[in-house]
Amino acid sequence: MAAAHPALTPEHEAMRDSVRRFVARELTPHATKWDEAGEFPRELYKKAAAAGLLGVGFPEEYGGAPADLFHHVILSEEIAQCGSGGVHASLFSHSIGAPPIASAGSAAMKARVLPGIIAGEKISALAITEPSGGSDVAQLRTTAKREGAYFVVNGEKAFITSGVRADYYSVAVRTGGPGAAGVSLLLVERDTPGFTRTSLKKMGWWCSDTALLRFDDCRVPVENLIGEENTGFRIIMRNFNSERLGMSAGAVGFAAVCVEEAIAWARERTTFGQKLIGHQAIRHKLVDMQMRVAAARALVYDTCWKLVNAPRDPEAIAQLAMTKNFATQTMQHCADGAVQILGGAGFIRGSRSERIYREVKVMMIGGGAEEIMKDLAARQLGWQA
Amino acid sequence: MKALVSVKRVIDYNVKVRVKSDGTGVETANVKMSMNPFDEIAVEEALRLKEAGVVTEVVVVSCGVAACQETLRTALAIGADRAILVETDVELQPLAVAKLLKAVCQKEGPQIVILGKQAIDDDSNQTGQMLAALLGWPQATFASKVVIADGKAQVTREVDGGLETVSIKLPAIVTTDLRLNEPRYVTLPNIMKAKKKPLENLKPDALGVDVAPRLATLKVLEPPKRKAGVKVPDAKALVEKLRNEAKVI
Repeated sequence: MAAAHPALTPEHEAMRDSVRRFVARELTPHATKWDEAGEFPRELYKKAAAAGLLGVGFPEEYGGAPADLFHHVILSEEIAQCGSGGVHASLFSHSIGAPPIASAGSAAMKARVLPGIIAGEKISALAITEPSGGSDVAQLRTTAKREGAYFVVNGEKAFITSGVRADYYSVAVRTGGPGAAGVSLLLVERDTPGFTRTSLKKMGWWCSDTALLRFDDCRVPVENLIGEENTGFRIIMRNFNSERLGMSAGAVGFAAVCVEEAIAWARERTTFGQKLIGHQAIRHKLVDMQMRVAAARALVYDTCWKLVNAPRDPEAIAQLAMTKNFATQTMQHCADGAVQILGGAGFIRGSRSERIYREVKVMMIGGGAEEIMKDLAARQLGWQA
Repeated sequence: MKALVSVKRVIDYNVKVRVKSDGTGVETANVKMSMNPFDEIAVEEALRLKEAGVVTEVVVVSCGVAACQETLRTALAIGADRAILVETDVELQPLAVAKLLKAVCQKEGPQIVILGKQAIDDDSNQTGQMLAALLGWPQATFASKVVIADGKAQVTREVDGGLETVSIKLPAIVTTDLRLNEPRYVTLPNIMKAKKKPLENLKPDALGVDVAPRLATLKVLEPPKRKAGVKVPDAKALVEKLRNEAKVI
């Protein structure tokens, strides 16, 4: 078995094996049931924690395991094998919610909050996007005004993953003047008076918890400030590499699931006196799908390697933006092809391809929309007037 | 007390095994290999005994090519304390492995040896029994429950028709059945820790064991392709076919 990249070590592969096994046993058999139910059981966080999955990339002293970007890629790629982006999004909402705490939070905050999150006892969420805008983080409107030992928070956050169930919310707020320089990150806890959450219905990711958050004069202690006041923008940006690379790897994983399901169906289904796979039109379609999966996977691992060696290199960051687009377009192509090959069965709920088809758009929008990614890439490459 | 667990590197259970075109064996080049699943259960059981305070050290041993180190690292990542590789490129048959394990037992002095009841590649189901005979130790095969107290192991065995519980004096050999436990997931911190755990390399010669095969494989063939089934119109036709064609009733 050739490794996906020459830089992968036996330890990376050992982790892949372990995650794959967890997914096959604990996630895949339940994915459809959870999606239809609109949620997965909360115990799943503890199971994932026991398998060491929630600690990847967090400091050892809080129960985590130091990891490089390859570990994140492997984790996302393998979790995607369950064929449910909703499970991935909510189960790992702490992978965007908690890194700001780990990287910028005070020692006391880290010691109080991180162990519970990594043990799967507490859920962490990131709240940045607002009803008035998402990608344009610098323009956010939620305010936090200092009053003595508290910040008083007012405003709304939209499309927040783990928004209803989370215990800890890393919330981007405006503490200073306009623009990026006035943004801070605050840790808001679920029982804060004036904090309300409304569940949102979605095109896909049904078992993921997504909510609208509302803050009405919420008093948050100043100790809950994550990092220095008005440095929130930088802290938020710091986590984008791993988030986007993880999404790209996940998209490749979902695309691969579609190809696998389409091939299995094509081998099984008989039309016009032969198996579907006996028709050249179908075989060619499958090869086109597989070609893109192979290309996207190679690109993900190549980008990962470049970011491991030079995390701030503008060319690598540009390549990451393009990788996210290419990987999610690959997912779109393969989901479309698989549903087409599955025919009527692909339109009926229950197949993985049908679900993945509904989960394509969120992957092309979340974590930086396609157009934002293109802008970012061009800017990083210095292609400006 | 010390527990010794043997682990075998086999073709991964998810791989569709292909016979080599020359009929000398099965294709192993470019094929994913992993630990024999029954052996994983054995490692898990030894660790549970350690966590329960019964066992103080878990030593894993594998016999075979240098790549068996990977399998040993997996066992160390599950939680074993140290590993021994008995390295040889010679094809190992159950008797040779049993002799090697006997030599390792004499060197290490474990109170309990836990093995998978069989390996999923050759399905021999012999090594544990042979080892018990060579050492002159009691054995309890196909364990679905193991309780250790007062120098004895009380082992529940899966036998035809139900469960049988036997009590054997230590030191003893136990082989694991599927339902003994569900192995834990290997975590990233433990994978990293496993890199630093000791792994000793021994050679069959140093243990004074002749591992030359006693059996020769003449030919390996694909199983015959199954023929497509037929639909029968009614129960009468079914009975007729079972009686006259299949001759089973």
